[in-house]
Amino acid sequence: MSAADIASDVPSKARKRRFNTREVLAALVFVLPFVLVYAVLFIYPTIQMILLSFQKAPLIGAGTWVGFDNYAKLFKDKLFGVAFWNTVYFVALTAVPSTLLALAIAIGINRLKGWVQSLILACFFIPYILPVSVVFRVWGWMFDSQFGILQPLIALVAGGNVPVFRTLPLFMPTVAFITIWWTIGFNILLFIAGLRNISPEIYEAASIDGTSKWRQFARITWPLIWPVTVLVLTIQLIAQFKIFDQVYLFGNGGRSDATMGLVQLIYRSAFQKNNGGYGATVAVVLFLVIVVFSVLQFQLLRARGGDNK
Amino acid sequence: MSSVASTPAAGEIAGLSPRRRKLINALNIGGLIATVITVLGAIFWAFPLYWAVVTTLKVENDIVQPGIQLWPQRFTLDAYTHVLFNTKIGTWYINSLVTAVSVTVLVVMISALAGYAISQLRFPGRRILWWIILASFMIPIPALIVNHFVLISQFKLFNTWLGVILPQLVYGPVTVIIYKQFFDSVPKELREAATIDNANEFQMFFRLYLPMNWGITTALAIITFIGAWNQFLWPFLAVTDEQMMNVTVGITQVTDAFGVKYARDLGSAILAGLPVAIVYLIFQRRVTEAIMLSAGIKG
Repeated sequence: MSAADIASDVPSKARKRRFNTREVLAALVFVLPFVLVYAVLFIYPTIQMILLSFQKAPLIGAGTWVGFDNYAKLFKDKLFGVAFWNTVYFVALTAVPSTLLALAIAIGINRLKGWVQSLILACFFIPYILPVSVVFRVWGWMFDSQFGILQPLIALVAGGNVPVFRTLPLFMPTVAFITIWWTIGFNILLFIAGLRNISPEIYEAASIDGTSKWRQFARITWPLIWPVTVLVLTIQLIAQFKIFDQVYLFGNGGRSDATMGLVQLIYRSAFQKNNGGYGATVAVVLFLVIVVFSVLQFQLLRARGGDNK
Repeated sequence: MSSVASTPAAGEIAGLSPRRRKLINALNIGGLIATVITVLGAIFWAFPLYWAVVTTLKVENDIVQPGIQLWPQRFTLDAYTHVLFNTKIGTWYINSLVTAVSVTVLVVMISALAGYAISQLRFPGRRILWWIILASFMIPIPALIVNHFVLISQFKLFNTWLGVILPQLVYGPVTVIIYKQFFDSVPKELREAATIDNANEFQMFFRLYLPMNWGITTALAIITFIGAWNQFLWPFLAVTDEQMMNVTVGITQVTDAFGVKYARDLGSAILAGLPVAIVYLIFQRRVTEAIMLSAGIKG
């Protein structure tokens, strides 16, 4: 995903060279399936999405051109405001905390050796490879309002059992916490790879000089791990903006408007209210947000000369 | 553990004074605390999964008893036998397996071919194609659900395997990029030798480049399979017929008419996650390798 360091891979002199007919024909056969899939399933739907956002149209069937009406509607639609801010709130609750926590855990794991290290890493990593439905059931059971194992703890603070997923102020923080539990393994993996790339000699030199552990972290680890931090953080920002699955499942099948995110609003508008045009408009907004973050990621990674391989 | 192991080594560095050595020992106590916190964190992380599995092995009446039983008092597999024989989970499993395997085979095949052409062949449009592939990261796939749905409806693929499979092929570009990088690093001498032997491009690909990169093909196939098996949003939209659902969708959308049964709900979830958990445990190294590669880090 770090486009920065691979973008320049194709040498520009290739353009100037004459092409060999046999080679070009072979290349066409090789790239044809990909180009076909890409054109039909990526480029065509993207263009259609943009066109659809300017129409009043049902999910299936012809629409009428309405110009920027759908976009104007965004600003008047309370639900869009709710969905947008819920998404931003969710991203704020997940992206930075899961990046920093992953760095701390990675440093802890990196100190360990051999099978202990593998075992501890596996504990943190296994949730990441599980489907969302498993995460939903497992945590639904942990927080179950009647028999959940966490309810005695909650009762200590709240004085009684709390149906966490039906209590609005608790909903997003809880789902964010579960999301961090679910996906942090990915971040940890990237940080461990980054930490292993820091030469141990630097630390040895520092420990002879009697540098404290904290200063070692501030002066050596943090600056050298910074490119990985940027990578992890931007990957998280982009991924969490696309939030749907967990919020939908824990939000009781998305029946509550108050917990709605942007993707869920696309789903609600296009599939449940049969308003394909407006659904596409929300999709374009999501698309623009992701484009901004992708460009940001690209620039940040390029500014630091790519990731530190 | 770490304090015992590193003390002699630290002492060797340069005839340290006893005070210095004491200081290092104190720092290692800090390290010991860090290790303890890490281990406790790992237990905390693994506990929900352990607790879910243990719950499925209990008798339903014991589950709702007050108090925490970390091990089943009365051991039973009732939850699993019930889920296996009284729900559609078998059908859902087949649907998941067929769609996930198809996505995997198609994505890996199409991407390997395209990656080879971009890496090794000169043809017009190559640079543009490469840039389009890189730019595809900017398109959030969940934003395309509306138009993917329109597309599969036009082709009458709603509630079919193909309708679930095709839109998932958009996960190909990362795979193309990784293949290109690996094909780039195949030594040019091998290619020259094969050219002298009059090998054509197809022989070159199937006899030289692909076999030399079986490792990465396995890694990419495994991670694509896990990703496809775990898909929720698209299979959830593309299928409403209970017979055609994937297991990840089916277990959350079709509920028992007789109220909540904790062991059964958890049991069906564990069964849904089991294939990917097994694949991960067998191919741990490959999975981590592929994940790091797709994030742009060579592990």
